Formats: sequence, C-alpha cells, structure tokens
Amino acid sequence: MNIKIINLLITGIGETFYMVVASTVISYILGIPLGVLVYATDKNGICQNSFVNRIVGLVINLVRSVPFLILLVAILPFTRAIVGTTIGSSASVVPLVVAATPFVARMVEASLKEVDHGVVEAAQAMGSTGWQIISKVLVPEAKPSLLVGMTIAFTTILGYSAMAGFVGGGGLGAIAVNYGYYRYQTKVMLITVALLVLIVQIFQEGGLKLASYIDKRIKR
Amino acid sequence: MSDTEKKTKININNVSFEYVDKKSKYEALKDISLEIKEGEFVCLLGSSGCGKSTLLSLLNGMNKATKGEIRVDGKLVSGPGIDRAVVFQHYSLFPWLTAKGNVLFGIKQNGKNYSKKQRLELADSYLESVGLSYAKDKYPAQLSGGMQQRVAVARALALESDILLFDEPFGAIDPKLRLELQELVSRLSVEKKKTVVFVTHDIDEAILLADRIVVMEPGKIRTIVDVDIPHPRKRDDLVGKKKYEELHKKLITSFYNHVEENIYEEVFL
Repeated sequence: MNIKIINLLITGIGETFYMVVASTVISYILGIPLGVLVYATDKNGICQNSFVNRIVGLVINLVRSVPFLILLVAILPFTRAIVGTTIGSSASVVPLVVAATPFVARMVEASLKEVDHGVVEAAQAMGSTGWQIISKVLVPEAKPSLLVGMTIAFTTILGYSAMAGFVGGGGLGAIAVNYGYYRYQTKVMLITVALLVLIVQIFQEGGLKLASYIDKRIKR
Repeated sequence: MSDTEKKTKININNVSFEYVDKKSKYEALKDISLEIKEGEFVCLLGSSGCGKSTLLSLLNGMNKATKGEIRVDGKLVSGPGIDRAVVFQHYSLFPWLTAKGNVLFGIKQNGKNYSKKQRLELADSYLESVGLSYAKDKYPAQLSGGMQQRVAVARALALESDILLFDEPFGAIDPKLRLELQELVSRLSVEKKKTVVFVTHDIDEAILLADRIVVMEPGKIRTIVDVDIPHPRKRDDLVGKKKYEELHKKLITSFYNHVEENIYEEVFL
C-alpha cells in the first residue's frame, strides 16, 4: 500500500473524529434541554404541559422518521445557508446534528425516566424548585445512564457520518465510497471498515467504563 | 404543662380527599378535623388503606385536599415546603451523594444561608445525632436499610423545620434495629422540640412514641387516645406496666373491631 493511501486514511480518521465529536457535542447541547423539556412536560412530570409535550414530541418523531440519507439531501439548502458549502466535513456536521438531536433528546428522556420517583419526591418535599430538581437531582442521578446513552449516540452518529460520504461529506466514509466502492479497491474498503470498528470499540468501552465508574448506585 | 397552654401548630379543618382517575372516584378521607399542638408527637395509627398516609401527603403538600384546608402556624398549606420535613417509607436518599452529601443537601435547602464551614460542621453534628459519624463518607448503596433511614432522619433534621412528618419509616426494618430507631426518633423529637406526625400500623410503635394516638378507620378518625407516659420512654420499661397493658388492650380493641367489621362487610354484604 502506498504512502498516498496511508496519508489519505490518516486525514480520513481526523475528519471522521472532527465530524463525529463536533456533531455529538452540538447535538447534546441542543438535545439535553429538549429531552428535559419532554420529560418535564410529560403527564405527571414536574411541569406538566401536554400541549408543549405533544408539539415537541411530534417534531422529534417527524425528524426521526426521515431516513438519514434523505434528510441529508433534503436539507442541503439549510446546510449551505449555515456553513456556506454542501461538501466536506463541516458541511456534514449540519445534517448530522439535525438527525442526532431528536435521537439524543429521546435518549435523555429515557435516562431521566429511569430516575426513581421517590428521589424526586424527596427533593420536592425539601422545597426544591423545578429547576433545582432538574439540575441537582435528575441530571446527577441520571448521569451514568446519560453517559451510556452518549456512547450509543456517538456510535449512531459515526454510522451516519459514513453515510455522509456518499454525498460529498469527508472522513473515512468518503474514502470507503470513493476508493472501495467506485474504484473497486477492496483493501482500502476493508481497512476503513476496520478503522471504524476500532473507533466504535474504543468509545463504547471507554464510555461504559466511565459510566460504571461514576455510578454510585452499585455496591463496591 | 397542660396542652391548653400550648400553641396550635397544625390545624386540619374538615379535610376531604378524593383519588380521581378516568373511570372512578375514591374518597380516601372524609371530613377530617384534627388539631396538633406545638411540640406534640402524634401517631396516625391504622391498617392499610385507612387513609393515614394520604393524610400525611396532604400535610406535606404533595397532595391537595379536595375539600377543607390545612394550616401550619395559621398559614394555609399549598404545597411542599421547608417548614415541614418528611421521612419517607421507601429509602429516598440521593444515591449519588454520600451520607454527608445527603445531609448537606438538606442544610442547603433550609434557607438559612450558612457559610460553607458552618454547613460542614452542621452536617457532621446531624450525622452524629443519629449515630452515624463513622459512615459519613459512605454512599446509600453501601448502607443497610436501617442506616439509610438514619441518614434520612438526619437529612430531615437538617431542614431545621419545626415539624417532622414520618410516613411508616421503619416498616421494612428488622425489629431490633426498629426499636433503636424508634428510641432515637423519640429522643430527638423531645431534644429538638419538634412537632411530629408519625404514620404507623404498629401499635407498640405508636405507644412508645406518641403523646396522642389517632386511630383511623377507612376515611375517618375512629378515636383519639392520649398516652400519658412521660418521655423519654424505653420499651423495656414499658412492657409489663399496667398503663401500657391497658393502652395496648384499648388500641387492639379499636384496631381489630373495625377490621372485623370490614371482614363482616366483605362476607355478608
């Protein structure tokens, strides 16, 4: 294998990391408040509001039901408006965030729902406000579960980022498509797949380890 | 010191409460009135489903009375508040905080703006008062049920409210430890001059702790029994005494009479 391909792969890894990490971070910045909103406005939630709950739930479900490849193409004008181009790594971040944010919101909601109601009740009995319950009770208690959710979100976004390679996105996905698929270089294809598997493994293991490390509910 | 000299702390006026769901209504409490004096220890005694825990949930503000009102120091109860600390039936400690962290949470909530140093000292002293200094850095999952409830008591004390509400707190704890906890609660409530409402289905527990025992039957107060035994009480001193036996018999009679009635109703109606 020549040096050109190796350099290409190194750049590919860098681009993939950039896309996936940036998308995960931004989708969590947007997804956590959204997930908290859905949780809090739910029936028997801490600030019950079925109107808000239904609207937000509907939007989340709408975006989540569009297949990623179609979403990617459908929001190209939006992508251009934000980053000024529709090709390359930065351009991939936009659709990745759009697709991942509702996913993250659902993950956050599920994590918060796992929190024992007795703990929330105790906080209410101690005069905690809604905001205090969210920031001092729900989020700390759900932290391990949120971290597990984050590793799952990371893996999903990594999968999406590879798809973005089909429509001019950067990273390992683009290399697999351009060299492995269009030019029949099976070796390059296999290497990119192996690299993707490796990245998933590292993040999955790391995330789960960290989650169990900070989980105080387990006897140790 | 007679009761008439003391101030009324909690006033329950003609309170009713209905559990409503889509299909049915269930009246858990019907027109209950009760006055609780400052510094008094009141036990709500009754079998499951008589509404004693519901009454407590109205007192702590988690539920709102369908009819009637509850006043604390003359102020209408409209929701949970730091003037009433609760110890729950289930272990409700925050699992991600140590014993000390849990108590500190209570201190931060009590609205008295202590300095950090004061808070830490207070947390230590509250844990000491429940005999748990040695376990202050343990997480709830590392503590036994009895120890967890001790921390819960310390956390409730940390709110520094005049009123303590207990919702069958020692139901799931083994008898020996339960006795220790009962004596602890009895001692602390006298020491710290708290007004206490304590829900239980255990007659012995009620006699050991209460100044007044409110015996409940479904939805209503059946009778109120005064316990005229000086504090602090020790179980070993009580058992065998004439006054204790009389009280016990009286309570058993009123407790089981209505259970029999219930069975009668179920069988014959």
